[in-house]
Amino acid sequence: MASVHSTAEPDFRTKLQDWLPKLVLSPSVAAMVVFVYGFIVYTIYLSFTDSKMLPSYDWVGFKNYATLFGLSAWSTALVNLAVFASLYIVICMAIGLLLAIFLDQKIRGESVLRPIYLYPMALSFIVTGTAWKWFLDPGIGLEHTMHLWGWESFKFGWIKDRNMAIYTLVIAAVWQSSGFVMAMFLAGLRGIDNEMLKAAQIDGASNWQLYRRIVIPLLRPAFMSAFVILAHLAIKSYDLVIALTGGGPGRATELPATFMYSYTFTRNQMGVGAASAVIMLMGVAAVMVPYIYSELKEKK
Amino acid sequence: MKILAKAGVSALALTLALSAAAQAEDVEVLHWWTAGGEAAALNVLKENLAGQDIGWKDMPVAGGGGEAAMTALRARVTAGDPPTAVQMLGFDILDWAQQGEVLADLNEVAAAENWDAVIPAAIQKFSKPDGTWIAAPVNVHSTNWVWANKAMLDEMGIAEPTTWDEFIAALQKVKDSGKVALAHGGQPWQDATIFDSAVLATGGPELYTKAFIDLDPAALNSPEMVQAFDKMTQLRGFVDDNFSGRDWNLASAMVINNEAAFQIMGDWAKGEFLNAGKVPGTDFLCFRVPGTAGVVTFNSDEFVMFKQGDDAAKQAQNAMASAIESPEFQIAFNKVKGSVPARTDVADTDFDDCGKKGMAQLKEASEKGTLLGSMAHGHANPAAVKNAIYDVVTAHFNGEYDSTQAAEELANAVEAAQ
Repeated sequence: MASVHSTAEPDFRTKLQDWLPKLVLSPSVAAMVVFVYGFIVYTIYLSFTDSKMLPSYDWVGFKNYATLFGLSAWSTALVNLAVFASLYIVICMAIGLLLAIFLDQKIRGESVLRPIYLYPMALSFIVTGTAWKWFLDPGIGLEHTMHLWGWESFKFGWIKDRNMAIYTLVIAAVWQSSGFVMAMFLAGLRGIDNEMLKAAQIDGASNWQLYRRIVIPLLRPAFMSAFVILAHLAIKSYDLVIALTGGGPGRATELPATFMYSYTFTRNQMGVGAASAVIMLMGVAAVMVPYIYSELKEKK
Repeated sequence: MKILAKAGVSALALTLALSAAAQAEDVEVLHWWTAGGEAAALNVLKENLAGQDIGWKDMPVAGGGGEAAMTALRARVTAGDPPTAVQMLGFDILDWAQQGEVLADLNEVAAAENWDAVIPAAIQKFSKPDGTWIAAPVNVHSTNWVWANKAMLDEMGIAEPTTWDEFIAALQKVKDSGKVALAHGGQPWQDATIFDSAVLATGGPELYTKAFIDLDPAALNSPEMVQAFDKMTQLRGFVDDNFSGRDWNLASAMVINNEAAFQIMGDWAKGEFLNAGKVPGTDFLCFRVPGTAGVVTFNSDEFVMFKQGDDAAKQAQNAMASAIESPEFQIAFNKVKGSVPARTDVADTDFDDCGKKGMAQLKEASEKGTLLGSMAHGHANPAAVKNAIYDVVTAHFNGEYDSTQAAEELANAVEAAQ
């Protein structure tokens, strides 16, 4: 009888129900442990060795890190990252928020407009980069077209200018990601309780006050998520640079990720490459850890 | 730790190797010759081997400079499953040779066919390090060439320049006429390619050897090197504003389409001219960069042979090496590729004017000892040093350093990369 069984050992079905989720999850957990965390540890280890072309296991301490921070290319890469990341994150969020607020005005055709803005996200960065490379190229793109249309004095040669090229990266990246940020903010806006807004309107709040005092503060979680996603996209951006400028003109658009690849795989200085990867990991961690911490704290 | 690495890398290699379950008597060849003409040229080799009942497993990894191919190769070798032969350049070969017991020994074939006598010593430095033949050289490209639009020069009354000053005067004349004087693509390797010639034109083979091969800090930061950088500044004045990031073949197209007069580029540029139906001597001119006559800076594609397990595979590998060095393949391949044969005893009857010129000059330079490995193409120093030089040259060409600073930086960067 069932009641007799339940006081003793649980039957096979119950046991299976207990174990099934664990069984199903374990292969992917194992794969993650090896291929993500295992290789993180392996890379950190390599960064302390004298690896050149193939991994080698002779310990050299912090030598690779000293070399890394003595390289002018690495400081260029860090400065470029600072410029690129801050502009990319701020502009994406501003445009995304603005688009979300406009789309949230119960306008006609929203269902058509939303995918139009979101669509660039469906393209890979390599496609975005190639398309913008052609568009910005003075010889064939915008400048050339303007000249053909008769505006002879028009000049837009940023992509060929070593002081301005980094901003062309920002343009292409913002074009790609701001629609996605808009979607996140739009979801946030839709989640705000209408009653609260109505109450504020009855109290005589203007639209501006409504957004500044109530809506935007309530969007805090959406801001956080957008920031985390954009920040890690910025730190790991590689394909966009390769497609758009190839790191040039000269070395003007070198970023940590392009630096890491070239030192590890084309310059046979794997140790230095691994060290730069570790620094990038620390950069991502500096963004992610406070975020995860605050997420966990909110749950309590 | 090592086991972990191997597990990971072999998983990576598995995806690459799935199609490559090669039979013992097949050769598996990793290369990046995927463009039409190159692929056609490889067919000659394929057919030769097919005649000896040796199958061909193609493993093409696209990407001009072979970076992707080298990454794929690392995975295969780490996983203990190397291909039979791999297309490789210069110091990459020596780096692999230092990795211990991964490369094959071709001494038997080489001795039977007398490679020692017919392949120039400068090339043997790469294919026969430490006295063991490990690679079969396919071709010799040389990099100090100028390609010129003949119609344009005739129209402006410019004769083929023979000295650097004449060259600069010719460039100036073209610039004054409103055309682009020098077609160039601003990618680091292209900047470095013209820097090879600028250094040779300044200090001859002595400065070149001391600076790029011996990596002597005094030569790298010398008044002569400053002059070489000044020559780069001169050339920078003759390229169009839109040069940066342009591919080399687009720069060649500018010369072909009468938009520009000159291009300094290796002899692979000839392929672009021939494909466009141009005839050497009548439509375009080829000559050594003025000031570098008598010197040939080369790069050489070689098939590096990796150690094979069983005898049948070794037999196939030896047959392949022998087929590569056969005069028929050397002629058929190099006619298409724009380069010249890696052995100096091949008849030049089938080659065009530029090819004949190149072969004669290669032989002469090899005998005089002025056949020098190209720095820009990884035949003068290891990848780390080469890229450090690239960094400085391209930074200078884009205006980040003046010539004095550039020479200082050059010495620093080379020291840091060693």
